[in-house]
Amino acid sequence: MDGKLIVIGGSSGGFTAARRLLGDLPTDLAAAVVVVLHVHPNVESEGLAIALGSRCSLPVVAAEDKEPLLAGKVIVASPDYHLLIEPGRVVLSTDTAVAYARPSLDVCFESAADAYAERTLGVVLSGFGRDGAAGMAAIKRRSGYAIVQDPATAAAGEMPRSVCELTTVDEVLPLDEIAPRLVTLCGHEPGGLTLDPKKEMERGMS
Amino acid sequence: MTASPEKADPEPKELEELEIRLLVEAVHAQYGYDFAGYVPSTLTRRIREAAHAEGLPTITSLTNRVLHDPVAFERLLANLLMQVTSMFRNPAFFAAFRSKVVPFLQTFPFVRIWVAGCSTGEELYSLAILLEEEDLMRRSRIYATDMSQAALKQAATGIMPLDRMKSYTNNYQAAGGTRSFSDYYTARYGHARMNASLTTNVFFAAHNLATDSSFNVFHVVMCRNVLIYFDRLLQDRAIGIFGDSLMRHGVLALGEAESLRFSKHANDFEALDSRRRIYRKVS
Repeated sequence: MDGKLIVIGGSSGGFTAARRLLGDLPTDLAAAVVVVLHVHPNVESEGLAIALGSRCSLPVVAAEDKEPLLAGKVIVASPDYHLLIEPGRVVLSTDTAVAYARPSLDVCFESAADAYAERTLGVVLSGFGRDGAAGMAAIKRRSGYAIVQDPATAAAGEMPRSVCELTTVDEVLPLDEIAPRLVTLCGHEPGGLTLDPKKEMERGMS
Repeated sequence: MTASPEKADPEPKELEELEIRLLVEAVHAQYGYDFAGYVPSTLTRRIREAAHAEGLPTITSLTNRVLHDPVAFERLLANLLMQVTSMFRNPAFFAAFRSKVVPFLQTFPFVRIWVAGCSTGEELYSLAILLEEEDLMRRSRIYATDMSQAALKQAATGIMPLDRMKSYTNNYQAAGGTRSFSDYYTARYGHARMNASLTTNVFFAAHNLATDSSFNVFHVVMCRNVLIYFDRLLQDRAIGIFGDSLMRHGVLALGEAESLRFSKHANDFEALDSRRRIYRKVS
């Protein structure tokens, strides 16, 4: 896939923020989307994806190993795996947690920077800790775009703030302005809807 | 895993890819381990970390070191194969195994199970406990294999970190454990050691899914969160070996975010529990 990739990460307060953000994305968004949240390892990945996508008109699915990245599709990192980005697909890993986090935002974002370079848009939402700072720095080094949720209005400002401390972000935005900004940056897929959301949500035997 | 070290000028991508190709080739030629079929991003990350851990500035200098220093190679190998799992990881899988696979196994006088890529033994001991509680252990033979001799050695000792026992207890209970998890290990010298009786019917052996073949026929093949490190071709090779290693209606169990969806062997299996990644060979 030679289109754009949006990688979104969060921790405390990140679920609510991500769900709101996803709800504001149009179905013909011309970018693939990946969401990485810090959750307990035993959280059911499918339930997480369904809950996250409850207001989203795009298909939101739990990451399966080697899952294709497609414009207009949202892949949610599965608990207790790292999610890495490769051109056109995501891959999973059970390597050690990074700062106790698995999935780690840094692991995902750094691989996104490697695979998509300037076509990567990184978004760090509410959360505690510093996960995502190094990852956003990697995205910036490869000429990608960096947006953080405004720490002042985020439920937990430490995560977005630590990004700003480590690298030069492109924008600091209140939550409700992030989705419209992403749409401006990515544009719309020509010809409108490219995916059948119901088909994308189907899982099970091939 | 650590976050990649800050670099002012990232190494040009093509150059790094070349260095990795050369390292993979060198390791294969010198030591016989073939990493060519592995997923690029996870392999790259581990190689970068290995170079960083050795205090070396480039991947080529890492290649130089491991070619001339077998002990350094063992460190690299440990890095390339290392993964961190838990006992009763994804408890819902074990609960589903209990309800859907155990009844099938109970119809046989002898049960053979292959735990492929057993690593340091967490999956193996979880399975052994489950079989013990379902009164299947005494008529079971488990073959636990891994490409890493170091991992096999570790698995055979049954030593687990003591500080993980609490979360393992929670997982065990959620998986439908019928006793007390503490019945299965003893704590001493700051670590936990799983009861030796759990491995009475376990055979440990080295086996490399990239280079070796099927060696027996089993009722169950468990290979959880190993295929994630294999690229499409190698993944299909492994699944093909599993298919060859299963009896009629034998069961293949994968990790909770793995599937046969993208495999060319998908049609050789049907789902016993697609959500829990438990499949049955159709032929």
